[in-house]
Amino acid sequence: MKKTDTSKIAFYIIIAILLVSGIASILYRHYVDHQPWFPGEKARIWSIEGQVDFKALPDRPLTVRLNLPQDQDGYQVLDQSTASSGFGLSYVSGSGGEPVAEWTRREAEGNQVLHYKVNILEQKTFSVEENHVAPPVPEVVWRASDRTAARALADQVYALSADYSSFARELSSIFARSGQVDQNLQLLRSVYSDTELFTKLLNYKGIPAHPVNGLFLEDGRRNQRLVQFLKVYLEDGSVQYYDMRSFKLGLPEDFIIWNDTSGSSLDVFGGSDSGVRFAMVQQVMPLGGILDSFKEDLSILSFSIYDLPLAEQSIFKTMLLIPLGVLIVVMLRVLVGVRTSGTFMPVLLAMSFMETTLITGLLGFLLVVGTGLVIRSYLSRLNLLLVARISAVIISVICIITVFTVSSYKLGLTEGLKITYFPIIILSWTIERMSILWEEEGSKEVVIQGGSSLLVAVVVFLFMNSNFLRYFVFNFLGAQLIFMAVTLLLGSYTGYRLSELRRFSPLVEEQS
Amino acid sequence: MRAVRPGALKKRGIMGMNMRNGHYIGRYNNRKLYPLVDDKLKTKSIALEAGITVPDLIAEMDSNYQLKHLDSYLEGHNGFAVKPAKGSGGKGILVILKREGDQFFKPSGEAVSMKDMKRHCANILAGLYSLGGKPDTAIIETLINPDRVFDDFSYEGVPDIRVIIFKGFPVMAMMRLSTAESDGKANLHQGAVGVGLDIGTGRALRAVQHGKIIEEHPDTGVPLSTLAVPQWDTLLTLASGCYEMTGLGYLGADMVLDKDKGPLLLELNARPGLAIQVANGAGLLDRLRYVENLGEREYSVEERIRICSEFDF
Repeated sequence: MKKTDTSKIAFYIIIAILLVSGIASILYRHYVDHQPWFPGEKARIWSIEGQVDFKALPDRPLTVRLNLPQDQDGYQVLDQSTASSGFGLSYVSGSGGEPVAEWTRREAEGNQVLHYKVNILEQKTFSVEENHVAPPVPEVVWRASDRTAARALADQVYALSADYSSFARELSSIFARSGQVDQNLQLLRSVYSDTELFTKLLNYKGIPAHPVNGLFLEDGRRNQRLVQFLKVYLEDGSVQYYDMRSFKLGLPEDFIIWNDTSGSSLDVFGGSDSGVRFAMVQQVMPLGGILDSFKEDLSILSFSIYDLPLAEQSIFKTMLLIPLGVLIVVMLRVLVGVRTSGTFMPVLLAMSFMETTLITGLLGFLLVVGTGLVIRSYLSRLNLLLVARISAVIISVICIITVFTVSSYKLGLTEGLKITYFPIIILSWTIERMSILWEEEGSKEVVIQGGSSLLVAVVVFLFMNSNFLRYFVFNFLGAQLIFMAVTLLLGSYTGYRLSELRRFSPLVEEQS
Repeated sequence: MRAVRPGALKKRGIMGMNMRNGHYIGRYNNRKLYPLVDDKLKTKSIALEAGITVPDLIAEMDSNYQLKHLDSYLEGHNGFAVKPAKGSGGKGILVILKREGDQFFKPSGEAVSMKDMKRHCANILAGLYSLGGKPDTAIIETLINPDRVFDDFSYEGVPDIRVIIFKGFPVMAMMRLSTAESDGKANLHQGAVGVGLDIGTGRALRAVQHGKIIEEHPDTGVPLSTLAVPQWDTLLTLASGCYEMTGLGYLGADMVLDKDKGPLLLELNARPGLAIQVANGAGLLDRLRYVENLGEREYSVEERIRICSEFDF
């Protein structure tokens, strides 16, 4: 007795360990790795490719500096790469600490093309703690001919404003009212570009501001250029952006800031006619996993399938569902008492249903097994040895599948193509077993066992096909430990099966 | 037939499949010993050693070339039974009552040719009826001559007696009578009649078919309450001895009563079914627990039978 007690305790300890570590791993994935519970949240990834063109000057060392985008509110940089043969590349920091890609080469000739690619995740909730330190305001020098007009304009706006923010707003509304002609503005605009003038006027009144470059995001666009926004630093340390085309306040939707510092985005030393153009595509992916697939330094606790290459990941997508299916079969057998032909045949069947879709799969199964039984009944008259007969059934199954597939395709039913996903060996054994069952126990038992196998397969399929469960099983590996624990627990269940409540009911009813 | 609450079954001491597998078979039956009962040839040889009578063996065949000699094996035998050594649930058993030239006749009167016989044997050898489809041996046994007292109780087939032996104690017994519906087979789920037997006397307690109580045999019309197994003590003694013979703690012994040889051991089963509870109108659990609580002391076969005959649950 003592021995069984201790082994029982050990058994429950193992189950407890499995459950605790399974749940802990799931919680860790959710709360530490921020893996969401539900698959619903989709996110957009922008793949943006910048192409730098320039003409190399002969016999001059080349240095090309391209400002790179950083994490910003709503957008997270996932990874970046470059393609530029013959150039040395290093990622360096610019004067303001901003990231810069620097290509260098001793000498080159003619037209040069450099590529830079970045993947950016669009995530509304993503925010960056930005520390906007206002740069020192440069001293503004006007040309003598403009000085009066500039001062008049600045004073006029200044009189209408109370602080930095309202000054900028008033100024932008004057710029925007291009229809109503302001003499001073018209004069100044003929000399300076809008961005230059706007900046100068702000700086003139001691307001720190500088232009930044950004990019509008639109799926499938090519040859996009950076557009200028004006960044205005307010007294309280916050910032405002003004569109330098419409003079509207704020950053638009689907827009990223490419370089957040003053100065140009692209500097080419030793070249001429330089320019940068952008192409972009958008991908919509379930949020779960995107982060992981780009993260490189995951801790050991964040054990995840996303560490694997994409091809292996897709194998695991189906493989990790098998324990779920197996668990359901165990439940149906141990708790309900369903009889199936072949213990785990329903799981394999359910897996092929996932490829074929349910209706096609069911019809295909019935067609193949039905035809197979007819062929098998002929084979049984031939007096063949078992191995040869099973092999003959396998070959027949393949022939049946081929005939159905080809003929359904010719009839224009592409659905038929999918029955090739059936597990052929399993089907052959099913046919063999059902045929024996038919001979020994009659057609009724074949219908019962075949029907319940199909029913179990459908139930397993419904579970395995559930979007949530697929997502959950794939993203929370801890679920496997829980499956294991539940399976072990079910294995030690000695209570009644649901079917036995009916089977033994006469024993109880007679008594009362 | 409606479903009942699990609590009601528990109160009646009904054993469920999970309990049988997990608690009794798993705990009292050593896997290592299974081949002794799963292979009828092995069962036969250890039974002979233990002095338990079994049907005579006419021939055993374990390779296809021996099938050529089938004819010579069967010479002089009018009736016989072909069985797979490792078959389960009565699968693959072919009973021949008489032979006329190359024609063999089953109890149902259906004729079987020599070619069919050979095909059946080849199927057995290939493992069609064996557990897990492993290659098997075909055995041919002499036919049992059922005791005349059972003549009116069974339709076509030979009635057999299933005794559940737990740690050597014959805890429950039933007789299985074939019917027209069961096609001469003694499987309850195929429509055979199960008659619960009193362990003390070997007399019928009650009879069921398809889980329902019946009073008469559906084909012969004989009142089943009159059924009494002769040589009951001998039969129980032999059955109980199977515990020592195999070492298996939870065992089903299938016995037949031969007109000339008396009780014979037909086969042993390490996973006996639960229908016996329905036939007896009683649960196994109370009896099994009673035996479990007897402690470690060794009991003789006589003591064990006496203890079981006093069960009143």
